[in-house]
Amino acid sequence: MITIQQLQFRYPAGNFQLVMDRFTVARSEKVAVIGPSGSGKTTLLNLVSGILLPGAGSIAVGGESISRLSEARRRDFRITTIGFVFQDFELFDYLNVLDNILHPYRITGALKLDRNVKARAAALAHEMGIGGMLKRHPDNLSQGEKQRVAICRALLPRPKLILADEATGNLDPDSKIRILNLLFRVVDEHDATLLAVTHDHELLIHFDRVVDFRHFRVREAA
Amino acid sequence: MIDSLYIAWRYICYNRFKSATLLICVTLIVSLPIALNVLLYESETQLMSRAAGTPLVIGQRGSALDLVMNTLYFDNEAPEPIPMAACEEIRDSDLALPIPVYARFQARDNPIVGTTLDYFEFRGLTLGQGRMLTMLGECVLGASVAERLGLGPGDSLVSSPESLFDLAGIYPLKMRVVGVFQKSHTADDLAVFVDIKTAWVIQGLGHGHQDVTRLQDPSLVLKRSDSSVAATAKLYHYTEITEETVGSFHFHGDLADYPITAVIAVPCDAKSGTILRGRYTEAGEKLQIVVPEEVIDGLLQQIFRIKSVLDAVIGVVATATVLALILVFVLSLRIRQREFYTTFKIGGSRLTIARLIAAEMLLIATGSSILCVMASIATALHADYLVRMLFIR
Repeated sequence: MITIQQLQFRYPAGNFQLVMDRFTVARSEKVAVIGPSGSGKTTLLNLVSGILLPGAGSIAVGGESISRLSEARRRDFRITTIGFVFQDFELFDYLNVLDNILHPYRITGALKLDRNVKARAAALAHEMGIGGMLKRHPDNLSQGEKQRVAICRALLPRPKLILADEATGNLDPDSKIRILNLLFRVVDEHDATLLAVTHDHELLIHFDRVVDFRHFRVREAA
Repeated sequence: MIDSLYIAWRYICYNRFKSATLLICVTLIVSLPIALNVLLYESETQLMSRAAGTPLVIGQRGSALDLVMNTLYFDNEAPEPIPMAACEEIRDSDLALPIPVYARFQARDNPIVGTTLDYFEFRGLTLGQGRMLTMLGECVLGASVAERLGLGPGDSLVSSPESLFDLAGIYPLKMRVVGVFQKSHTADDLAVFVDIKTAWVIQGLGHGHQDVTRLQDPSLVLKRSDSSVAATAKLYHYTEITEETVGSFHFHGDLADYPITAVIAVPCDAKSGTILRGRYTEAGEKLQIVVPEEVIDGLLQQIFRIKSVLDAVIGVVATATVLALILVFVLSLRIRQREFYTTFKIGGSRLTIARLIAAEMLLIATGSSILCVMASIATALHADYLVRMLFIR
């Protein structure tokens, strides 16, 4: 699903540089990315999703070379193929829970918003335990509830690749497992792939593979 | 675009205080000059039409504007009175039809205008209800007065004393309403019309009391002789003129010396008007004759001079406000950078973000436009009242 070769990336300001000779994630694989803060985990997710472009090397997602796509096609590709759960939820305060979940459908023509989508959004929210909060605004939600909304937003377009940046970071232990199981279920149902950044070492056993970012090197684990 | 409008609408609703402030600022910037222009246009129309319909006004020397405003709009500032003889002199000259106007008193904050029946014909006032003045103590109401006070023929209206603490001053007179004029959309709608003699009764120059020749109560009689009877202060004075008491009302002295505030002169022709004007230009003449159109034109020139200053002030304030709004908007965009970046990360284009911002501006502009239109309509609908309040009374 993801193939990275000879990747080099550095931010215009600062000394940070991410170098990856080769990194692959197979379809339907559930991969956890661990590593200390500042090691480039979030940068990797941004590169895979096409938000950032590599200085050198190539990144292919589902056989499509991200960096070779035009900006418009890269955007459409991102919104239709990739579901991104951001580290700080990045919800819109002025939108209620339902509108936040439906937001990707409202900002692009690549996704079509209809009754079915709205019904699916409500069902997904219900499944996530936030079904009774659809009319609430994020500032009236707990951290955990916000995280669930962010996950719903990422999952609703049924993406082939889910990128999760600390998706369970703000949840209690029970909820972590529940959310993770839901993520895994969606991944399995849609034959999707999960690449998740986490600091929670207790959850690592649930993943197929763990990638350690220490020293900017990729280590494959059993 | 509908989705962008929806998101923008949500943003505006969520940030309602900020949006409302923005909306009010934009509305004020746009609607203030519009309202000012509407009011000035209305004031010009109103003032000029009535002034143009009043050929000449004769009154005491002094402020021509006060004289015209009192005679045409029954302004509270009554000019110094002139004797009724001034009116008779014009009548005797056969140069013009003189219409006396005595606009000094008030009834429940509405001007009481003492005049003759010629005034109603001259102004083209027609009765909507009841009948014309026929007897002392009667009044006919302007349409707006009748509407506001809820009065009609058969009701009564009491004149207001000029000073509550002046015991020797003017006592209230209970007047009978006998008619209501149809709406004329002029100052006449806001006045209470009485016969000139009724106005003098209100002033106390004419009065009615118990018949002193038939008084039996010794406490009422001060001195009695064959030719006269002197009554005490205990003598009862009537405060209402009825069919029973009207006979007792009388005036002391020469009516020619009785006061009026102005005479409207309607010249027979242009030549007569010119001759009449010439008579009041002599040195030592105590009266003045003015052409209301010229006086009002002078007033309007002043108003338009003030308007040009106001326009400049509004322009400066509007520029400052627009700059402040732009600053607020730019700061708001900077604060929202992260939000826009999230939209971009999810898959929104720069165009999408621009569309969202444009949709917000469009909604604010639409809201402001609606408010501006409403404000302009409200101003136009109430222009008559506002002009009267701001420029006339």
